[in-house]
Amino acid sequence: MRLFVNGEERAFSEVSTVAALIASLGLDPRKVAVERNLEIVPRSTYARAGVADGDRIEIVHFIGGG
Amino acid sequence: MTQAALNPEVAVEDVWTLAGRVFRSRLIIGTGKYKDYALNAAAAEAAGAEIVTVALRRVNLSDPSQPMLVDHVKPDRFTFLPNTAGCYSAEEAVRTLRLAREAGGWDLVKLEVLSNTKHLYPDMEETLRALKMLVAEGFSVMAYCTDDPVFCRKLEDAGACAIMPAGAPIGSGLGVQNPVNIRLIVEQSTVPVLVDAGVGTASDATVAMELGCDAVLTNTAIAEAKDPVRMARAMKHAVIAGREAYLAGRMARRLYADPSSPLGGLI
Repeated sequence: MRLFVNGEERAFSEVSTVAALIASLGLDPRKVAVERNLEIVPRSTYARAGVADGDRIEIVHFIGGG
Repeated sequence: MTQAALNPEVAVEDVWTLAGRVFRSRLIIGTGKYKDYALNAAAAEAAGAEIVTVALRRVNLSDPSQPMLVDHVKPDRFTFLPNTAGCYSAEEAVRTLRLAREAGGWDLVKLEVLSNTKHLYPDMEETLRALKMLVAEGFSVMAYCTDDPVFCRKLEDAGACAIMPAGAPIGSGLGVQNPVNIRLIVEQSTVPVLVDAGVGTASDATVAMELGCDAVLTNTAIAEAKDPVRMARAMKHAVIAGREAYLAGRMARRLYADPSSPLGGLI
């Protein structure tokens, strides 16, 4: 399956949920927010929120800023 | 003179309320431009800040182990105020803050919709449009704005929970350029007014507070000081000094001298 994550096209196998995607990227789900095809994915739904071929996923977090 | 004025120890604590939450510190600091997050955290502590602004960006997928802001400047110690820095349209700003609300879990946000990269002045038409969209979605919006009292009134009428006029362009360190307008905005507003942007050193923060602002937001003045922790401490005292002077009520300005020692009884 190919996903566009943060603007980058990447291939994933055995990743069917947002939770699995975050885990496969080595990220801490408590420190990020996720958007799937321009829709917010609430953190409480990561385990059941599906991802599908061609999805555009944004994974963001807080950084320093003024 | 009241008992409170005679004895500061029993004075009612001077707090301010923002979107229903009570804060003691009147200094909000940014978390950008620091050498590292550890220094940033030390400066935030030295500033006595309760609120810090933060930006929202894509995670680095190629190195997920790089240092993270939340590991140093902790969200359980500071109230995070997500901003929309880098957004040039209402839609971009709203999209960013929806994600920020999900990342941070709360509704208080700083809206800034910029116009161009030279002066970074806010595009007030887009800011007002974004504000209305965000208020409709339940956000508490602190609006970064120009120091135009007319537009500031429109922002308050549209539901902004704080008005944040620029003292001078972001990162310029030029100080409050238009004290007359800041005072007018303070006078007319029923929500907190903060000078956001333009503070360069401690006296600039004092000027903003002497004009009656409820708080000051600064980032570059601390982050780019040679000793950021020391400047953070200076800013803390500057804000307190300005607030106290405002509450004390300054003397009237005179055009000519008025001797401080009595003229009677001269030898």
